Amino acid sequence: MNKVLVEEKLDIAQEFYLGITYDTVAKKPIAIFSAEGGVDIEELALQKPEKVQKRHFSVRSGLPEYKAREMISLTGINGKTLLGLSNIFPLLANIFLENDATIAEINPLAQTTDGKRVALDCHLEIDDDALFRNRSIAEKEKDPDRIKGERKQSDFEKKAAEIDNLDQKGVAGRLIEFDGDLGLIIGGGGASLTAFDAVQRHGGHPANYCEIGGNPSVLKTKELTKHILSKPGVEKIAVIMNVVSNTRVDLMARGVIKGILETEKNPSETLAVFRIPGAWEEEGFKILSKYGVDYCDRTISIDEAARKGVEKLKRG
Amino acid sequence: MAILADENTRIIVQGITGREAVTFTKDMIDYGSKVVAGVTPGKGSQTVYRVPVFNTVYEALKEYPADASVISVPPAMIKGAALEALSNGIKFLVIVAERVPRKDTIEILEVARENDAVVIGPNTLGMINPHTVKIGMAGGPVENVKMAYMPGPIAIASRSGGMTTEIANLLTNHGIGQSTCISIGGDPVVGSNFLDLIPLFDKDPGTEAVVLFCEPGGVIEERLSELVISEHIKTPIVAFVAGRFVDKMPGVRFGHAATIVEGKKGTAAGKIEHFKKAGIHIAEGLDDIVSILKEIL
Repeated sequence: MNKVLVEEKLDIAQEFYLGITYDTVAKKPIAIFSAEGGVDIEELALQKPEKVQKRHFSVRSGLPEYKAREMISLTGINGKTLLGLSNIFPLLANIFLENDATIAEINPLAQTTDGKRVALDCHLEIDDDALFRNRSIAEKEKDPDRIKGERKQSDFEKKAAEIDNLDQKGVAGRLIEFDGDLGLIIGGGGASLTAFDAVQRHGGHPANYCEIGGNPSVLKTKELTKHILSKPGVEKIAVIMNVVSNTRVDLMARGVIKGILETEKNPSETLAVFRIPGAWEEEGFKILSKYGVDYCDRTISIDEAARKGVEKLKRG
Repeated sequence: MAILADENTRIIVQGITGREAVTFTKDMIDYGSKVVAGVTPGKGSQTVYRVPVFNTVYEALKEYPADASVISVPPAMIKGAALEALSNGIKFLVIVAERVPRKDTIEILEVARENDAVVIGPNTLGMINPHTVKIGMAGGPVENVKMAYMPGPIAIASRSGGMTTEIANLLTNHGIGQSTCISIGGDPVVGSNFLDLIPLFDKDPGTEAVVLFCEPGGVIEERLSELVISEHIKTPIVAFVAGRFVDKMPGVRFGHAATIVEGKKGTAAGKIEHFKKAGIHIAEGLDDIVSILKEIL
């Protein structure tokens, strides 16, 4: 700990909840208000939905004050508090829209006993894909005092991220460490989830999750292969991807084989399974055959490939 | 039969001179799709595989009327490109571009609703009606598409682009053909999600069953279960939910607002539970899709 936040103590009469986010089903911005703000707002939405007012609004014209008034009045608020809150809510919607936020909330917004309204806590999440046009916010990411909410990366995962940054060609990283004995080189996004589940379902224990995609360079695939094989207890890797159209089978085969050879292992023994059908597969299968690797073509499903990989590992 | 497009659908490509667009334009033409024109501001009068390039959608449509547009431009220009297509009367957009700011997607969809236009994507590989038309990148070069896809009665809608082709390939391996295969796009908000597509498939005489590829996150699957019950959807649905292991990983935290709107939903297990209540078939493994379909058909 290196900093302490000291704040004035307030006499609070009431706490409100004001939130803006996107409704991913209706595909519209949505404003949310409750006269019972505080930490248990989700519980309240679940138990007493009538106490939480919601309204969609246009992303182009923002939240009109009358809509804010409707929501707030329906929760039984009147007088100066109604007018004050309906003034604030459209401003929050503007902050949300102008900063490319995905969530903007004030919880609670307190009404003090002497009639002042104070935002006691706020939460703002910014769309990563919009940082290119919000430079001042993008700068904040570099703040060393910034507290990151995400799960901490292990050293093993950090090294994999460095490999992925070796060049800009495709993705060969996004690695998450697990404690099993079967190394995985899997991709793309949906197929990685599918292959990981399939390995577990057939009784295998993955040493890692990862995502390959966008036709990564031979260099990155090679380094990732070496990295996964460097983990103590990992003697075999399963290479499984969906039928590829952009990523090239031959480049993947070359990268994986090179990685295995550079760790001074035998490709045909080390590969529990190799299943990447699709673009440039003939060239890829030629490379694999040369090293005696028993590869799978498109007639072998992801499920079947995972089962084969797990079986080969168990046979030793 | 199939939905959304057929062999007569006239297509323009916005951003046609980009590296990726040049490749998929060739693949679409080779597959038999009618690519009538392209648009890249500042590159008017060039050609890409004999497709004429225009500076604006307006000029392209004046000479070559079109029904659909594939949008493949850098993230900062997507909203402009989509609004340009919509304001010129295009009713079907396939936004293959990825990393589109959420706010821009929402604005595009707001305008699309006002114009009764259908949007697929963003972050989609597009769609394929086997041996008829392909719009976007799905499946890659023509020889690859022909190996993986074949015509038949099964529709596919997938949250993963790669898995759209993978599932088509699995079905083709077992002699089961497809009607319409759609990569709906990987973003949290997409123009046509399962809720939009299932009613269309349900009305399509060429579709006898639908396969869905689902992932953790969001509430579309949960809402779909409600829709299947309330709208009396008759077409059988087979769902594969990937990423079950993610449920057991240390929690991804959402803000209060997301939880209020979506409830405590989004896990693979939760989606499967909702699907079962609605009578949607669950494929435990990917291969089970085949055996379930064989029972249904």
